[in-house]
Amino acid sequence: MSLITTLARLEAVRTGRAQPAATVRHRHLSDRPLVFVPLITAGEAGAPLGALVGTDRDAPHLLVVPQPRDRDLRFAFLAELAGIVLPHVEAYADSVEAAERTETDPETGKRVKVEVDLCADAAQLIVPSRAGVDFVRLLGRSMRFRRTAEQDPEAPHPAPPRVPLLGRWLTHYGERARVPGSSLLLAMTDLLGRHWATGQSTLEDQHLGALLAWIAPDDEELTGAEAARRVELARDADGQLLCPPAGPATDPAFDNKLLAPAIERYDRARTALAAAEDGLEADDRLGALTAAEREIRALVESRTRPTWDAVWRGMDLLRELPAGAHVEDRWTRDRWSFTSHRDRVLAGEPPQPRRDDAVTAANKLATREREQARLEAQEALDDPLVMAGRRLAGEAFAGEVTDIVMAYSESKRPSPRPLVTVRTDDRPHLGERAKVYRSLGGKPQAAEFVEQQEEGVLVLRVVDKMGRGKEPEAGSVPKKGDRVCFTLFEHEQRGGAKLPDPERTPWTHGGPPGEKAAVPEAPDAQTEEDVL
Amino acid sequence: MFGQSQFAFTRGNAFEARVKADGGAELLRLVHEKLDRGAEPPAVGHVPDLSATGPEGRAARTALALREATAGTARAPGLPGTWTLLDHPMLALDVAGSPAYLEPDAVVVHPDGSWTVVEIKSFPVLDGSADPAKVGAAARQAAVYVLALERVAARLAPAPRVRDRFLLVCPKDFSNLPTASTVDVRKQRAVTDRQLARLTRIEDIADTLPDGVCFSPELPAEELTSAVEAVPATYAPECLSTCELAFHCRARSREAGAVTSLGRPVRAELGGLSTVEEVLAAARGEAGDPDDPAVAALRRAAELRAEALAAAGAAAQEAAVCL
Amino acid sequence: MTAEATTTAVDAPAVPVFDPGGEAARATAAILHDTLHGTERGVVVDSPPGAGKSTLVVRAALELAAAGRPLMVVAQTNAQVDDLVLRLAEKNPDLPVGRLHSSDADPYDKALDDLANVRKSAKAADLAGQAVVLSTAAKWAHVKVDEPWRHAIVDEAYQMRSDSLLAVAGLFERALFVGDPGQLDPFATVGSEQWAGLSYDPSASAVTTLLAHNPSLPQHRLPVSWRLPASAAPLVSDAFYPYTPFRSGTDHDDRGLTFAVPSDGSGADRVIDEAARSGWGLLELPARHTPRTDPEAVRAVAEVVRRLLDREGRATSERSAGPVPLTADRVAVGTAHRDQAAAVRAALADLGVTEVTVDTANRLQGREYDVTVVLHPLSGRPDATAFHLETGRLCVLASRHRHACVVVCREGVGELLDDYPSTEPVQLGTLVKFPDGWEANHAVLAHLAEHRVPWRG
Repeated sequence: MSLITTLARLEAVRTGRAQPAATVRHRHLSDRPLVFVPLITAGEAGAPLGALVGTDRDAPHLLVVPQPRDRDLRFAFLAELAGIVLPHVEAYADSVEAAERTETDPETGKRVKVEVDLCADAAQLIVPSRAGVDFVRLLGRSMRFRRTAEQDPEAPHPAPPRVPLLGRWLTHYGERARVPGSSLLLAMTDLLGRHWATGQSTLEDQHLGALLAWIAPDDEELTGAEAARRVELARDADGQLLCPPAGPATDPAFDNKLLAPAIERYDRARTALAAAEDGLEADDRLGALTAAEREIRALVESRTRPTWDAVWRGMDLLRELPAGAHVEDRWTRDRWSFTSHRDRVLAGEPPQPRRDDAVTAANKLATREREQARLEAQEALDDPLVMAGRRLAGEAFAGEVTDIVMAYSESKRPSPRPLVTVRTDDRPHLGERAKVYRSLGGKPQAAEFVEQQEEGVLVLRVVDKMGRGKEPEAGSVPKKGDRVCFTLFEHEQRGGAKLPDPERTPWTHGGPPGEKAAVPEAPDAQTEEDVL
Repeated sequence: MFGQSQFAFTRGNAFEARVKADGGAELLRLVHEKLDRGAEPPAVGHVPDLSATGPEGRAARTALALREATAGTARAPGLPGTWTLLDHPMLALDVAGSPAYLEPDAVVVHPDGSWTVVEIKSFPVLDGSADPAKVGAAARQAAVYVLALERVAARLAPAPRVRDRFLLVCPKDFSNLPTASTVDVRKQRAVTDRQLARLTRIEDIADTLPDGVCFSPELPAEELTSAVEAVPATYAPECLSTCELAFHCRARSREAGAVTSLGRPVRAELGGLSTVEEVLAAARGEAGDPDDPAVAALRRAAELRAEALAAAGAAAQEAAVCL
Repeated sequence: MTAEATTTAVDAPAVPVFDPGGEAARATAAILHDTLHGTERGVVVDSPPGAGKSTLVVRAALELAAAGRPLMVVAQTNAQVDDLVLRLAEKNPDLPVGRLHSSDADPYDKALDDLANVRKSAKAADLAGQAVVLSTAAKWAHVKVDEPWRHAIVDEAYQMRSDSLLAVAGLFERALFVGDPGQLDPFATVGSEQWAGLSYDPSASAVTTLLAHNPSLPQHRLPVSWRLPASAAPLVSDAFYPYTPFRSGTDHDDRGLTFAVPSDGSGADRVIDEAARSGWGLLELPARHTPRTDPEAVRAVAEVVRRLLDREGRATSERSAGPVPLTADRVAVGTAHRDQAAAVRAALADLGVTEVTVDTANRLQGREYDVTVVLHPLSGRPDATAFHLETGRLCVLASRHRHACVVVCREGVGELLDDYPSTEPVQLGTLVKFPDGWEANHAVLAHLAEHRVPWRG
């Protein structure tokens, strides 16, 4: 944690209110995000209990599994989820615009530009917390290898038709969420935590209700700490939390006192219905079963609705911040990711494997490291508060230009290499001939550190972006009295080395996959006691 | 936040019962497959009765059963089926000068006389990997059992080998079927051994308490609270997920203005400053030695933060005017 | 180097006396045999600090070149590549060597320009036909070839990431992998937990992946450290290499450090004398929580260095017939963080010392000095993070010296460690790398406690 963030947190303790940790919004927010608030059953590796899902904050869809151990009821839940999520995703997948992409021509091996479709926008999925992101990933994993009756008439428990496809999309979203700066799938706690510093630990910030209590408490009279404590601990006469946890795990007191008896009543009603001996009795007992189910639905809704509302309130707060200048650029990358997954589905490719092969894993790691560097650079360029942290860390410096001396390179056609003197209060860690960069019309201009004349007086040699002529283009060299900000980090990321194709995996990494790669992944073995 | 859901409890118990069913046949098969393939596969598992009165009695019974099982394998080496499963044995370990009783899920005596710790957990192993924090906690727990078993082994001649890999049994993927992994606990064993050696003895801790202090849950709430308050606590937010007293300690830590109530890493760059007011006063230039690098850095940080917020505020105003 | 260290045992027939020169020679011969005549595609060599890794790499390169096998050498940093080029040229000035470099400014050490048979280029094609071509892993990753090299040597293979090996492994048929398993692990700037436990986890070390897929490859170990004195090898071996122990190539009497100027009784002088006598010295400052650049500790480090130089030290060793003056280039200061190094440099400059190397553990990897002064990574810290507990960091700092190591530290690190018990997460299926950082820190601290000198500012 940088000292600047630490200060913000301590200031939050003193004032009793969260303090800004950013001055612009660093993540893309869709006009129509799909919000998903899931609940799971304790101890069952993420077996769904229910969820609220939808794009209308006033009318979420309530999905409930009244007996989480019943496979058919779980499948019904997943089918219903697919019926909401997939049409939303597909609406975005169908609307495309023309774009250019550089590809390697398979015949010549040259890099050529090709025209391709790019989805004009992508579907955004928002969950309350990081555990929700993990659950999306887990749901995706549990569904994508399922076989439908159409795919495999012999399948013992065929999945409803669209469930495997939902599994593939959720897997894609879960995987994309691991890319720094991506916004396809976001956790509200991460979003709020990125933009505000509370007076509690980052661990406590994982509780969406407590986090909001610091940023925008319901009761203005309370301090953040008091409001958060109420959210964490206050219980009603029945021993139930006034503010249920954001899930997907439930409070044990809820499970034991309310949910378990309700499920038991449901089970009894179902058994009774099955044992009904005539139509009249069956009608009666169906009524009892429906009532029991309605009771569980009401319980699930009562535990998810406060979280649902909290997610939307968080969104309102975030929308008050102006978007950072590079947010759109990163969202375009998300759109490419979305489009490429759409294309893989359209091309009939098999679902994502259980585990990445060596080349895919290395490529993903390289991409994420590159995106991490990109995100750090872009956030600093977009937000003076982030840049302040980099300046404090000696990774950037800002100051006033106090002198300009024109100089030229020693070549046949001398190019301008002006010497710029900058006076700064920052203490950058500049090595000999270190490269520094400033943003010039959105493009990085490089300079070289020449010398430190005295404490805080730095001489730099500008080396590019001054045009082709002998004299630098107008506006390309800072003037005396200008405020400038240089970074020691690069603004744009270079692509990494190309790795071999998976078919050419070298012997050090297990060799080519051979024939085993051609066999599609088998579905999970199914047992009576499966939880997902 | 505390207490356990009955769903989790039922499921955990059902899983352990399933793993240990049929005289531990499946469990012994897993130990053989994962840890001791060279040995004769277990035909019938011997499961001695370990019941006795009180923890001391059970620990003594366990030690006896371990000795007998080990001696049995020595007398009849190579005989098929000389595998013994100790279901919920009781082990004693000296902790800070007083005995602590430990109950592993199981200990297996191999045909060669060596011992393996088995832990059965209800978190799943999905596609071969499990939550590393949970596996780490299981490994630290198993390391304590390994140490306790080593104390028992040391009293036998020849001392049997306590294996430094334990068997972790978890549900596989989304099912209730067991899958076993072996985890090397040499690291955790070495760490725990040193920690035990460095522990302050309980009598010394008791000496620092006020006379007559008592922590009985029978006491009236007020008395109990003041008794608990007589003991110093080192609160950190990590406590919240593991200790029922954590909210009490957090309140005291916040009352004292300790910066560590925001997380221990917060202190990293604050040097000797440890309270919220001290830090803020130093940052505002009202207190602190400006030659102290921590104070200097704080002032610089406060300046930079104010400058950035002012710049952003000005930009926002400008934008508002343009509208 | 080996001749002086070899001792013959005549009077103790019952206990076989350790013959470091012989042991090392046998290990080297076996490595070269497997490399030149073995049937496996790879050979792995573990080399503890100062065990002659560079010497081995140069020798293997020369023998492979002599056998007419085109050789590529992969190192991790430009400095390592340049160092190997210089060493190769020193051993065989006629060998045609290629230095493949990046297209950045100043891509290689200017000293290479003076070597007649070293050709330098940013394009691999320009270097075709050179007996040996050397470059960094990062640069090799961009090279494409129609026909792979017959042989490669991968240096510092434990500091190379698995994905980095994946990018270059297609360039060679067989390879010799050399490295020190005890030094700092490679790291990724983003989480890579999802691949933990996979044999080809891209963030793991290259050697881990290599051996997971090729468990039958011959693995060798250089058994003798020629750098670490007899006073240091047992501690470093026990604390950081408990399962692959090594010995010192020299005995207690083989090395000596004396000072012409007697002690003035100050803490700095007393700790210098303790370290000269025993090989280790702990200069202990009163317990206090401090920022990283603890001014008092920084001043103490600088003071020790100043006195080391002022007291006209002389180092005796098997390397030369007589004592050699302890000059500024034979002394180094090691820290955990860059700002600490900068603070020490500034403090030294105030005392008029400018020639002494001051750097972080990362940058001191592979380097060697007569005396090192180390600012303990946990000194004055209110907390102990995984970074500070990393075994490799302490191992690097405690294993750079030929004669003595002075550690400057605030009191209370033992208690700090006790407050931060090791709670490392464990990934299923990963190989356990020994030892635990928490435990190693305690082990080193317990040893240093026997060489404690209080600092009186």
